[in-house]
Amino acid sequence: MRLVSAVLRSRAVAALASPHGVDRYLEQVNPLWAAHEVRGRVVEVRPETTGVHPVTTLTVQPTSTWRGHRAGQHVQVGVDLPGARRATRCFSLSSAASAPGERFTLTVRAHDDTDERTSLSRHLATRARPGDLLHLSQAGGDFTMHASPATPTPHPLLLVSGGSGITPVMSMLRTLLRDGYDGRANRPVTFLHYARSPQEQIYAEELAAVARFDNHVDVHLVHTARGGTRFSPAALARLVPGFRDTDTWVCGPTALVDAVAAAYDGSARLRVEHFKAPATAAGAGPAQGETSFTRSGLGATNTGETLLAQAEALGLRPETGCRMGICFTCTSRKTSGTVRDVVTGEESSRPDEDVRICVSAPVGDCSVDL
Amino acid sequence: MTTSTSTSTSTRLTPDQLDALGAEMDAIRQRVLADLGEADADYIHGVVRLQRRLEVAGRALFYLPPAWPVAVAALSVSKILDNMEIGHNVMHGQYDWMGEPGLSSRMYEWDNVCPSEQWKYSHNYIHHTFTNVLGKDRDIGYGILRMDEDQPWHPYYLGNPVYALLLMVFFEWGVAMHDLEVENIVAGRRTLADNKALHAGIMRKVRRQALKDYLLFPALTGPLFPLTLAGNATANLVRNVWAFNIIFCGHFPAGVATFSEEECRDESRGHWYYRQLRGSANIDGGRLFHLMTGNLSFQVEHHLFPDLPARRYPEISGEVKEICERYGLPYNTGPLGKQLVSVARKICRLALPDRRRAQQPAAQAQPAAA
Repeated sequence: MRLVSAVLRSRAVAALASPHGVDRYLEQVNPLWAAHEVRGRVVEVRPETTGVHPVTTLTVQPTSTWRGHRAGQHVQVGVDLPGARRATRCFSLSSAASAPGERFTLTVRAHDDTDERTSLSRHLATRARPGDLLHLSQAGGDFTMHASPATPTPHPLLLVSGGSGITPVMSMLRTLLRDGYDGRANRPVTFLHYARSPQEQIYAEELAAVARFDNHVDVHLVHTARGGTRFSPAALARLVPGFRDTDTWVCGPTALVDAVAAAYDGSARLRVEHFKAPATAAGAGPAQGETSFTRSGLGATNTGETLLAQAEALGLRPETGCRMGICFTCTSRKTSGTVRDVVTGEESSRPDEDVRICVSAPVGDCSVDL
Repeated sequence: MTTSTSTSTSTRLTPDQLDALGAEMDAIRQRVLADLGEADADYIHGVVRLQRRLEVAGRALFYLPPAWPVAVAALSVSKILDNMEIGHNVMHGQYDWMGEPGLSSRMYEWDNVCPSEQWKYSHNYIHHTFTNVLGKDRDIGYGILRMDEDQPWHPYYLGNPVYALLLMVFFEWGVAMHDLEVENIVAGRRTLADNKALHAGIMRKVRRQALKDYLLFPALTGPLFPLTLAGNATANLVRNVWAFNIIFCGHFPAGVATFSEEECRDESRGHWYYRQLRGSANIDGGRLFHLMTGNLSFQVEHHLFPDLPARRYPEISGEVKEICERYGLPYNTGPLGKQLVSVARKICRLALPDRRRAQQPAAQAQPAAA
């Protein structure tokens, strides 16, 4: 097997498959055969919570090209939605650290967009079935835990999360427990999570079990809609005295992450991961919001003109051709926000989609990789 | 107003008529765009599957010397599909809406010595934006041939039929050299230094294509090396001859109009559609024929809507034809044989100075209907 993949990845085979690449041939035989790309098959679907924004855990069998992940990392997931349009979004991995080619889980909350034809998260949370194919990236991100039972540190650990931000810290906790963490390192782990209600509590049973065992893991679940107190530095200090000197990972909605960051006051012990809030889309009317060009770091108030015009007004010189939407020279990646095609009037809000900036005008906040 | 001899046969439209024509064309485009979905994805996936199978079959059959003609046929069809129904159309962004990297105009590389990046500039941008504008559209004669009365005659053009024959045989090389604008260097409008960046890209692509077809695959067949080499060269030749003829029949039969730069200064969207319509010609044929041309047998529809999936051209051609009738515009189409003869005659006729034109320079000009 290893020999086969070594051959498939060789320069000789690449030269023979040129210009299309080996994977373009392998995928014709079996979508789970790949020499370079990563794909995955959903093998199990487990609902975590129900309600308006249901949460589902998917177990994924990746191709042998999967290099594994460290606890806390994320992966790009592409799915062919109805209408043959592929959407791609980033999700944290929720299972314990994986080895190359090993199965992992993703825990997905259906977001506000209620249309499973256009919302990737809603599609995955409500429509995914065993056998579905996912297009993946390798795991990425440095919101990771370096300590493990194999490399013990004498320091206590603190994991803080809110809502779906629980997934990466859950991966850390699961990794510790799987790898034999039993408290004998004398390194207490505090797991603090904020959810709206017990019904919306992800991994409720597993966390209850973790809390029951004598393993030096303190689980604190705060349900804000049931009178649980929201995050405050004082409450945290009661739970973990001297928290600023404790290795801490926080992941969740911006408000929580910002509050925690303020409480840590620049301490290097704090690692944060934001959950990207859906960009606001404004309806018809005068232009609103901010147009940002992420690669150059430039941005300005949205003037309602095309993205190309706004980029050029800021002094950017993106590659362009016909300037009328036919040649695709100016195609760029829109990372968030809504754009309106100035020719057809059609609006599109998919994150991470390629748009022709010469005929796309932002509607509300919009970010483009330029 | 300057009017070329070939536009002279057309009915000139008023600005209002042009606007109405543009609106009707936009409506067709929008209707198709709104309808894009699974059927289009299934179609292009099917063509890709067919192309990959033919290629693998062709390469494999070279191990069976008596099957040599079958192998060459399979590989030729594979290369034609790769260049025309897949490569040309994918690189126009016709399938970008799917969000699939393998069918993305930004990523696709075709089985041709011309690097896709350079071809997209000269074809998608220059040719499709400035279609049949003399002095702007370098596809008129590819910088080698005299294909229009308004190209001033020069004794060099006595070789027109010979150059056309050579261009046909070495078409993929011609397309790659096309981007170097050798004629502009000879004329002093371009310096050799301008081509430096292009050279590297072309040479890299040439090396890869030649290595695969003329060394690696022949070597893999061992003692059959010369046979395989000859087979691969023949497949490339077949593809060249086919592509050249389809493309020339789409642009140069009798009745196709050219435009002057003045006519197209600040043109309206309606005029742009008008120019695309008048600047191209169709070839009649059956479904298999259309597949093999990459649906460029619907060159008129392709030029009107270069970014719509080509499989849609047959279904909208009836409507385009009907619109042409209503506006009194010619809809140029004919069987392959007729269009080929028409192109061949033009190539030969334009090798000689145009006596008729020299005698009665203004007689052809017709006042606009306005």
